[in-house]
Amino acid sequence: MEIEQFRYDNKIVQKFLYATMLWGVVGMLVGLLLAFMFLFPNITDGISWLSFGRLRPLHTNAVIFAFVGNAIFAGVYYSLQRLLKTRMFSDALSSINFWGWQLIIVAAALTLPLGYTTSKEYAELEWPIDLAIAVVWVVFGWNMIGTILKRRQRHLYVAVWFYLATFVTVAVLHIFNSLELPVGALKSYSVYAGVQDALVQWWYGHNAVAFFLTTPFLGLMYYFVPKAANRPVYSYRLSIVHFWSLIFIYIWAGPHHLLYSALPDWAQNLGVVFSVMLIAPSWGGMINGLLTLRGVWDKVRSDATLKFMVVAITGYGMATFEGPMLSLKNVNAIAHFSDWIIAHVHVGALAWNGFLTFGMIYWLVPKMFKTTLYSKGLANFHFWIGTLGIVLYALPMYVAGFTQALMWKEFNPDGSLVYGNFLETVSQIIPMYWMRAIGGSLYILGMLIMVYNVVVTIRKGSSVEDELAEAAPLTRVSKRRLAGETFHNWLERKPVQLTVLATIAILIGGIIQIVPTILVKSNIPTITSVKPYTPLELEGRDLYIREGCVGCHSQMIRPFRSEVERYGEYAKAGEFVYDHPFLWGSKRTGPDLLRVGGKYSDNWHLNHMYDPQSTSAGSIMPAYQWLVRNEHDRGAVQDKMKAMVKLGVPYSEEDIAGAKESMAEQALQIEKNLYSDPEFVRTYEADKKYAKENGEDFIEMRDREVVALIAYLQRLGTDIKIKEPEELLSQNR
Amino acid sequence: MLKYVKNHMDSIEGIANYPMVSLLIFFIFFVLLFWWVVTASKEHIKEMGELPLDNDKNNKP
Repeated sequence: MEIEQFRYDNKIVQKFLYATMLWGVVGMLVGLLLAFMFLFPNITDGISWLSFGRLRPLHTNAVIFAFVGNAIFAGVYYSLQRLLKTRMFSDALSSINFWGWQLIIVAAALTLPLGYTTSKEYAELEWPIDLAIAVVWVVFGWNMIGTILKRRQRHLYVAVWFYLATFVTVAVLHIFNSLELPVGALKSYSVYAGVQDALVQWWYGHNAVAFFLTTPFLGLMYYFVPKAANRPVYSYRLSIVHFWSLIFIYIWAGPHHLLYSALPDWAQNLGVVFSVMLIAPSWGGMINGLLTLRGVWDKVRSDATLKFMVVAITGYGMATFEGPMLSLKNVNAIAHFSDWIIAHVHVGALAWNGFLTFGMIYWLVPKMFKTTLYSKGLANFHFWIGTLGIVLYALPMYVAGFTQALMWKEFNPDGSLVYGNFLETVSQIIPMYWMRAIGGSLYILGMLIMVYNVVVTIRKGSSVEDELAEAAPLTRVSKRRLAGETFHNWLERKPVQLTVLATIAILIGGIIQIVPTILVKSNIPTITSVKPYTPLELEGRDLYIREGCVGCHSQMIRPFRSEVERYGEYAKAGEFVYDHPFLWGSKRTGPDLLRVGGKYSDNWHLNHMYDPQSTSAGSIMPAYQWLVRNEHDRGAVQDKMKAMVKLGVPYSEEDIAGAKESMAEQALQIEKNLYSDPEFVRTYEADKKYAKENGEDFIEMRDREVVALIAYLQRLGTDIKIKEPEELLSQNR
Repeated sequence: MLKYVKNHMDSIEGIANYPMVSLLIFFIFFVLLFWWVVTASKEHIKEMGELPLDNDKNNKP
């Protein structure tokens, strides 16, 4: 049989590796800045695009899609060519994949700090970028499938199945969760509202972790761990079971993010059951990865790559044990909204994704540049400082999570809350935030050392951009099963059939989850007193979304005595029917805001936005002074209302026609309310006088952003405000 | 367009069948999966496991 010569495309792998390191450093530095904002809330005082609420989605997106995303592409482009013994299908598609993905990242890095966000976690990017993501993702899939079709290796190795499942599932998730109605170049509303939106979002959120942070990395594990250890995977049979059971079970488990919500009980329980079952394939995979090193554990002592991989796989095991535990209702009741979740995700991100990426880089770079690693000592130092960083990050966050959750739930014998002031529960855990920031710093220091090590290695090596290889072409065999060939052997050489079956496997769980989601009609049960937002409140809500308030404040009071006592009546599904998108949040760095309406005066809110520490001593909320100063552009309100009508919000034609007058009236009323504070009158009138004397333009308070935000905050939760018992008694009822 | 996305199914009919159908799908899926895995031949499994190590330059049908 004739042997063909061809060249592997190393250039594209190198590009993705550089991008991985660049965005890794950027994304983690943003994370570190955020960690320090817990300690020095006003560290970026007055700079709107460096405020916590806007940077948090930048951090998560940069780490997930830029750092981990580029690492996935680098690993896939390297291993796919070698596993299939062919060059990538098209260099042009590879190039579009690379530059398109980097452009998307740059677009994210520009729009998120400027406040263009949908507010849906890990899907914050606005609709034009969503479209670009879909296009680039399809290009990636096209290139991958094209490569598979022209392969010289008959059977597809298990890593390739993981890549295929990743491509198919991420496409499905991205499209369904990003259905939104544009109202401007960079503004859209989710087509789903309230409970429905929450369900779709967490079906997406959960499976983004599953199919972006897990399955592609499992593919990388199944390729790079055997390569680095120079021995085959411990059990190939186990890897088949691992693949099919993991992709089949994972997609059912999303409802565990919404325990105690309006989702039908059986669906919540199904989510819990499948989450618990997930431990089996996850640990099967972990054991398979670790046991691949059987007989070569001595190498782990000297080889930095293997060290990183062992800790990565161990981190995977820890996070996938913790996940099912967190899905149990009684554990979730404590952990949800607390720093425990931050610890959980960072064990996954720093250990599993981070360390596997580092291991891969230390193994790949010398190979790609035909040289040896510049310094093994530095690589070992990176390993130890990185591991210490993970421990110092995660442990304090566990302690902080337990501490805060227990303080939230602590009652006095007389039935009142021991820590009625939320701030007490925050100041208690500040030392933990300090330790977290130190742990994060160590981790980044390790990463910078790696970058240095890699740069010096590259400079002393010589790049082989097109690596020569040879293999025999495939001969044609029957499409049907050969004699003695089992079904799975046949499937392993039929990529299209394999992809179809994998798609069916993920769709079964997806459909069983998503159908009830669509069936839960968003306005059932209807609450007659729940009315759409006024135009000014709608504009205020958009400011709430723009500033990323949802990153620290939930709007979801769970039916627990401790929460009802602290925040008020628990949340009802019917309250959110006009919320496009939902703003339930997933973390309480500050208190829940669902029933904040009417709790404080308008002046309190104004002062709180201008200087949070003046109204709440010791608060770690940053100041939002630009909201108090800036003129508010409310020009698009009628378009926004029309979009809402299309989504089923019952604004009448008169409502829309009279929107401007309605806004002016409500804003004027808030300005009048503000005049009740003599201190406000004094400073405001002085500002006005100063502007007049110096011939400067003066923006009336009623035209400023903060007024719309106050209107929204004062509306929150008031539609069904439950009357206090004394109030009812005094009314003789 | 939005009517295809929003509220076009207003109630869940035959909801009682959901758990039973789910169980059946689940059960059959894993029975088939283990059937495949158990019946796979030793040589094939060995060959597949060694694919990343690139020791074999010749392709077998």
